[in-house]
Parts: sequence; structure tokens; C-alpha cells
Amino acid sequence: MADVTDYANLPDGPVVKGKLSRDDIMMRGGMLVIALYLVVTLAFPLYAMLSKSFSTFRFDLSQYEFQVSDENGVFDGTVLNGAELNAQTGVIDEAELSTGSDGRIGVTGFFPDFSFRSPVMYQIRNTSDQGRFLVGSTLQDGTDWVTLDSNTFRRVQLRPVKSTGFDNFVNYFSTPALFNSIKNSLWIAVVSTIVTVTLAFWFAYALSRSCMRFKGVFRLIAMAPILVPSLLPGIALVYLFGNQGMIKELLFGASIYGPIGIVIGSIFFTFPHAFIIISTALAISDARLYEAAASLRATRWRTFWTVTIPGARYGLISAAFVVFNLVITDFGLPKVIGGQFNVLAVDIYKQVIGQQNFEMGAVVSVVLVIPAIFAFAIDRLVQSKQVALLSARSVPYQPQPNKRTDTLSFIYCTLVGLFIVGILAVCQFAALIKFWPYDLSLSLNNYQFDKMDGGGWGSYYNSIKLGLLTAVFGTAIVFFGAYLVEKTKGFKTGRALFQMFAMLPMAIPGMVLGLAYIFFFNNPSNPLNAIYGTMAILVICSVTHFYTVSHLTAVTALKQMDREFESVSASLKQPTMKLFSRVTVPVCLPSILDISIYLFVNAMTTVSAVVFLYSPKTSLASIAVLNMDDAGDIAPAAAMGMMIFYTNAAARIIHLIVSKGVLMRTQAWRTR
Amino acid sequence: MKHTAKRLASFLAGVAFATAAIAETELTVYTAVEAEDLARYAETFNQSHPDIKINWVRDSTGIITAKLLAERDNPQADVIWGLAATSLLLLKSEGMLEPYAPAGVENLDPKFVDGDTPPAWVGMDAWVAAVCYNTVEAEKLGLTPPTSWKDLTDPMYAGHVIMPNPNSSGTGFLDVSSWLQLFGEEGGWEYMDALHENIARYTHSGSKPCKLAASGEIPIGISFAFRGAKSKADGAPLEIIVPSEGVGWDMEATAIVAGTANLEAAQTLVDFTVTKEANEMYNTGYAVVAYPGIAKPVEHFPEGLLDAMIENDFEFAANNRAAILEEWQRRYDGKSEPKS
Repeated sequence: MADVTDYANLPDGPVVKGKLSRDDIMMRGGMLVIALYLVVTLAFPLYAMLSKSFSTFRFDLSQYEFQVSDENGVFDGTVLNGAELNAQTGVIDEAELSTGSDGRIGVTGFFPDFSFRSPVMYQIRNTSDQGRFLVGSTLQDGTDWVTLDSNTFRRVQLRPVKSTGFDNFVNYFSTPALFNSIKNSLWIAVVSTIVTVTLAFWFAYALSRSCMRFKGVFRLIAMAPILVPSLLPGIALVYLFGNQGMIKELLFGASIYGPIGIVIGSIFFTFPHAFIIISTALAISDARLYEAAASLRATRWRTFWTVTIPGARYGLISAAFVVFNLVITDFGLPKVIGGQFNVLAVDIYKQVIGQQNFEMGAVVSVVLVIPAIFAFAIDRLVQSKQVALLSARSVPYQPQPNKRTDTLSFIYCTLVGLFIVGILAVCQFAALIKFWPYDLSLSLNNYQFDKMDGGGWGSYYNSIKLGLLTAVFGTAIVFFGAYLVEKTKGFKTGRALFQMFAMLPMAIPGMVLGLAYIFFFNNPSNPLNAIYGTMAILVICSVTHFYTVSHLTAVTALKQMDREFESVSASLKQPTMKLFSRVTVPVCLPSILDISIYLFVNAMTTVSAVVFLYSPKTSLASIAVLNMDDAGDIAPAAAMGMMIFYTNAAARIIHLIVSKGVLMRTQAWRTR
Repeated sequence: MKHTAKRLASFLAGVAFATAAIAETELTVYTAVEAEDLARYAETFNQSHPDIKINWVRDSTGIITAKLLAERDNPQADVIWGLAATSLLLLKSEGMLEPYAPAGVENLDPKFVDGDTPPAWVGMDAWVAAVCYNTVEAEKLGLTPPTSWKDLTDPMYAGHVIMPNPNSSGTGFLDVSSWLQLFGEEGGWEYMDALHENIARYTHSGSKPCKLAASGEIPIGISFAFRGAKSKADGAPLEIIVPSEGVGWDMEATAIVAGTANLEAAQTLVDFTVTKEANEMYNTGYAVVAYPGIAKPVEHFPEGLLDAMIENDFEFAANNRAAILEEWQRRYDGKSEPKS
């Protein structure tokens, strides 16, 4: 007995640590490189943005000194400090001292006797190099006295100096026009989410639980909105329900410009996202549960609420948060159809592009990130639970023909399909009309993009270039990163950190990422400053923006590969990189192709992430849609939007053909 | 392999050709001039100065201004040719402009030249506010054409007027600043309060109200005359109305960016921009140009527009810009539900 207790008292032996092989070092090095990529393209810019939101501008009155002469223009040498003058007169209150980078404030209020006709002369100077003031519009930043007559003195404007603090946030929450957008954004997102998830659920339900015909066609139609920019439904809605709309009577006098338009458009562009998630959830339901329900003589209604809904609940919750996130962060749609209904994403654009108030733009971004991260966190939590539902003994559910169900399903799906196809058809129709509503003859005038704002046909080719570059580099970076994080041995902390970084982009709205890029890359002291305004920054931004979904696709594919492969190759003394190129990549090729088409399509359609980053040489088709609509060229905007649709559809078809060919050649081993 | 070599060779040849071409001076010129005019401007300039190559960077007024301000510490532009004077005043107050009196500046209307000597910027042409009025849709709705700004506050027009948001549009800002100058500070805001009741919504860009009026979406669009003339030429049923109280305007102007490495070439270009030849070139689209006595009438331009231009105080507009926009946003932005 004593012997046994002695074991516990033995001193700890040295920790056994496997020696790192050359392969291990290489893989960890590779992981570090890709992690570094994510840090530079995500963490640093976000940090730059956060610090910008705390960068404030204040009038520092103590920086200025004044002298006042007598009637004859003689100065007696009394020097008055701006801060003391304000303390005496109290003309500028504390709140007015905090301002934006463009703030200006006059000084004549400090001198109650001031009259611009008086012969009294004034002198003003900065007490340090930090001070700045204007005479008219001429900047004075020296510390020498400037002598001015009364008439000129009233043209003196003080300029603010930079400091840090919460002033911007205080400002934001004391401006109703700004913080009302929080309410608006949440309201729009909640309504759109409820409607979209309901519609998508019944659509997916009809496809998985009925034996109706044309399921393939409906599935194809449901996916179509993914191929167009989110602002395209907005343009179609203008043609349908605008003041000259084709069926505006259906709105009974309500205006499409505002929440109604945003909700209808949001349903259109988020529908496929909800549909994919929910139909996956419905597909894994267990037929045995239905058999049990049937044998217990449960009604269909009861079976639906006790079997179908609980089985799909994680899918429903996940879909809800994905849709919520898409709607609240979307910028294009509310920009086109939002009218006077302000939402957060458009506020960022207005602050930055309209008012050049980058600090306030950063503040709104910080506000927008909060609900986005919240929705993202819940979605991740729910998705991690979904996997546990599927057990090895599950039997896939097979629907039985039922005339009533099948007919109802068919009617329902046709209605939804008509909505989606209708929106696209209206855009194509509008693009071909010469001058709506006065000249309805057909013409290709609206395709003369070179005569419009937005960059012309060049922007279309730029978009294709961006799509291809994003697909090639993005897929390479993402897949390699996923491989390293999945197959590296040990190094737990590093891998967990990497996973976290790879998840982060999904939670960051595109607008916020784009704005963060301005702050980080457009800084002359940043060595990476040179890529600002080039195609490279657009590619980097797009890859980072769409990193998460691509990463998850790659990880899922890699998880299906047995770790034995690594052990076998190690025992055969084959370097990991050889295994990677000879086995892993060919086996995962279908997923790799999926990632590249995902990146291509998204790079073609994205607006929000790149709207701050494109330069005149790298204007994009999706941005051209936005800018042409902005300039009032709505029909050409629709035409360009449909060009994006056709390009993406063609890319999908090519992807399908290539995938099939590749599958036949490389995946032959899967079938015996 | 062979292909790569071929491509490399042609690439190298291209580089060699490009290097030969760089023997001339290149100027980076920021502009907000309409895209279709740029090629013509550069071509006319190169006829007399083939040794200076212009690299255009074009975008809307707001974006170009934002870009220049963002590049404050690291300017990329050599010259600004064709940007709103109010924007140039902002840049001037940041000390970003190089004062320079171009040869022949004395020939220009002094209203078009910065007050300082030497001037920080020199004007080219003016763009003027106007109201686009869709006669077909207005008749359907039983509206009578307005003749003044005050008319637009008539309840008859409720929901039928659209104007640009001054926070994002230069045209919108010039409207607001002109009303404040015309009606006085208090009267101006009172006027806008009344007008706001009739506004269907505020657009982001300045040309959209007129295009929406042209397509009948909203019968009355507060926009600028040049845009209206263009839409009218395209066949839209528009009437361009010049309100009787007077109309706001801003000018497109030229300046040298302080710290440019190509000062001499920049000065040559700016010298050219004030010549009679250059002003005749601006006249194709703009009825009002800086060089007196040469402007020919522009097709479809409303009569009496020149006399209606107010005495615009650019310094007032630039120095009060932030405060005006803040007040505007407080009063009208976001609080309103869409009407019509």
C-alpha cells in the first residue's frame, strides 16, 4: 500500500516534448504568415478605425492671445488670453468647443464693444505652433502677432486642434438625426428577418416535404438573387412602385421610398441565404421520428410542431441571425430606395463621402459593429449545436405523394419564384426601354456606359478582373490557411487563435471594413500606403471580407479527410507539402472550386466594402450601378446590374461544367 | 515557355516605349469636371503644350474634396482643374494651395478670382441653380408652374418637389447657402422649414432631382441649369425655371497644390486655363465663364439666368459650411417620414 502512495509523491519528471520536425516548423511558419495576413488586413485597420472614433477636435481657446488698440490704433501692450476672455464673457459654452475636423468659430463675441466700423485695431496670435486660425480663408499657424482692422477682424475664424476623448460619441447620441438610425436599422432588420425566414422556410419545406414537379427549377430560381448586387431589387422596385411605377396602385398610396422598399428588397436579396440554411436543416431530419408520430396517430399539424419545427429549429435560428446581419449591414439597398428613412450603413457613407467627417463615420461604424457581432455570435453558437443532431442511425426522410400538399406547394413556390424572376425581369426590361415612361421603344442606349458616370465599360472589366484575382488569390490563401490550421500537430493555442481570426471577418460589416482600410492604408507613414487606390487593395479587402465562409467550406472538406494520410506520409518520409499537392488538393478540388466561385460572385456584387476604396482607375461595375443610380441614370444602372447577373450566371455554369469534368477525372477513386 | 518569353519581350518593349514617353512632364490633375469633357480639355491643352501630359483623376465634387483633404499631409495631385470654389476655399484654409497669379489673370472677371494677391485659385465657369419642371406630369396633377423660390412652399406642391441633400451634394449646399444669403439667416431657415413640408425626399446627388423630374418620377426637381438643359436636349418634357429672387451658384476653379514637384509645368497649365481659348472651351457646356465677353448662349439654357445669379459670398459659404450643415441635419434629416 505504501508503495502506491509513494508514486504520488514522486517528483515530476521532465515534460516530454516532441521535437519539431522540419515539416512542423514549416507548417507553423506558414500558419504564422497567413495569421499575419489577417492581422494586417483586419486587426490593424479595425484598430485604426477604433482610435479614429476617439479622435476629436476641440477649440483650445488658451492657444490664442489678443491685443486691442485704442481709437487711434495704438496698442498699450495688454495681452488677453482667449480662454480668460471666454471665462469673462461666456459667449462660447462648453458644448460648442467640441467640434469636427472642419469646425470654425468667430472671435468678435469676446469683445462686447466690437463694431466692424470702429477704428479700433486688433492683434491676434497663436501661443504655440499647435494653434491655427483663419483670416478670411487664409491659414495662420505662426506665433507672430497679426494686426487687423475691425472690419477684417470679424473675418477671423479659430480652427480646432486634435485631441482624444468620448466627444464624438457624446455628439452622436445628442444628435437625434443620427441615433434614430439605430432604431430604424433594428426595425428594418427585424421585420425583414421575420418575413424572409417565414417565406424561406415554407419554400424549403415545400421542396423537401412534397413530391411536386420542377424542384430543380425552383431551387435554381431561389439561388438567383445571390448573383446580383443587393441594390438591384431597389431599382426594380422604383420601376414597379415608384410614382411612375407599373403597378404602383398595389401600394394603395404608400411610398415605396422608405421602410417598405427596404423590406421588400431585403427579402429578395437575403432569401437564398435563408433558404440554403433552412433546407440543410430540413434535409437532415430523421424519418424514424415521422414514422413514430404516424404510429402514435398524431395529426399532421401536431407532427409539424413536435417533429419538423424542433428538428429545424437550429437552422431557423441560424437563418434568422444571418438574415438579420445581412440586412442591418447592407448599404446599397437603403441607399437606392430608402428615401428619408436613415439607416446606420447609409449614415456612414453620408458622414464620410458627403461631409468628409471621418471621425463621425468611425463612430457610426463602431455602433453598427455591435449588433452585427451580437448576431454573428449567436449564429456561431447555434451552428455548433446543429451538428450534434445528426446521428449515424438517422434515416433520411422520403416524402410521399399527396395531391393536396403537392399542389399547394407548387402554387406557393410558383408565387415566390415569380417574385424573384419578376424583379430580375423588370430590371432587364427597364434597361432596354429608351426613356421610361415617355418613350417605350426598345433601344440599347442604356448600355452606353461610357457616356455615364461610374466609369463606363471599363468598370465592368475591372469587376471581372477583381472577381478573378479574388478567386485565385483568395482560394489559395484560404485553403492553405485552413489546411495548416486543420492538419498541424499540437500548437493548440496558435490554432485556436487562428480559428478566431478566421471567424472575425464575418462579423465585420463591409462598410466598416472599407472605412477601416482608409484609416489604415491611406496613412503616409504606413509602408503599405502604396497599395492604396490600386486593384491590390480591392483584392485584399474582398478576400478578407469573404474569408470566413470560404474558410469554413475548406475546413469542412478537410475534416472529411482522415488524419491517417498525414501519418502514412510521415512514415513514408514524404514532406507534408508533397502530400498537400499530391493528395489533399486533388481530393478537396470540388470544395476548392466552390470557394473560388463563391469569392468570384461576391467580389462581382459587393458594394459596401469597396465603396470607399475604389479609385478612378479601379472603378467597379457594382459601384457603377450605385453611382449611375445616384446621378439619376436609373435605367443604365439596371442595365449594368443585369450585366453583373449574366456574368455571374455564366461563371456559375462554367463552374458547374468544370466541377463535373474535374470530378470525373480526379474523384474516380470514390466509386469502385 | 515559349509563350512566356514572347510575352516578356512584348512587355519589355512596352516598358521601353513608356520610358521614352516619360521624357515629357506628367501632371496629376484632380478634377470634378464631367467625364465626357475631360478628353477634350486635355486635347486642346496639348495642341499648344505637347510636352506636358495630363493624368486625370476624376470623381464627384464631394469625393474629390474628401480625397484631397485625406491626402493633406501627402498630396498626390499637382494641379486641381475644375473643382467647386467652396471646396478650394476649404483647401486654401488648410494651407494646401500654392498662390500663383497666372499670366493674363487680369483679363478675367474679378468676381472669378480669389481676393488674395497672388490669388490661391482662379475661376473657370459658373454652375447655376435652377428648377426643373416636368410640364406633362405637372399638368396631370393640375399644378401651375412656380416662378419664385417662395412659390415652391405653396401647399399645392406638397410631395411634388425634390432637392439634393446639402450634406452630400455640392448643388444642395449652394441652394441652402444662397437661401441663407437671400432671405437672411432667420428668413432662410424659415423658408426651408416651409419648403421641407413640400419635399418628397432629399437625394444624394445634385443632378438626380432634375433627372427624376425628366422621367416624371417627381414633377419638380431643384437642381442646376446645365443638367436641365442636357435633359431637355435629350427630349424630356422639361421647363427650366429661374426663380425670381435670384439663384445660387458656385464656380469651377483651378489651383496649384502646394508642394508639387512639377511647379513649372503646373504653372504652364494654370496659365493655359485662364486663356481666352480655354474659356471658349468651357463655354460648350457652361453659359457663364470667367473671361468676359466671349460666352455664347448654350442651347436650352433658360433666359435671364445670368442676371439672376446672386452676389455669392464664398467666404461665408466656406467658413459657415460646417455649422450650416449641422443645423440642416438637425432640422430636416432623418426626423421626417417619407411623404407623397
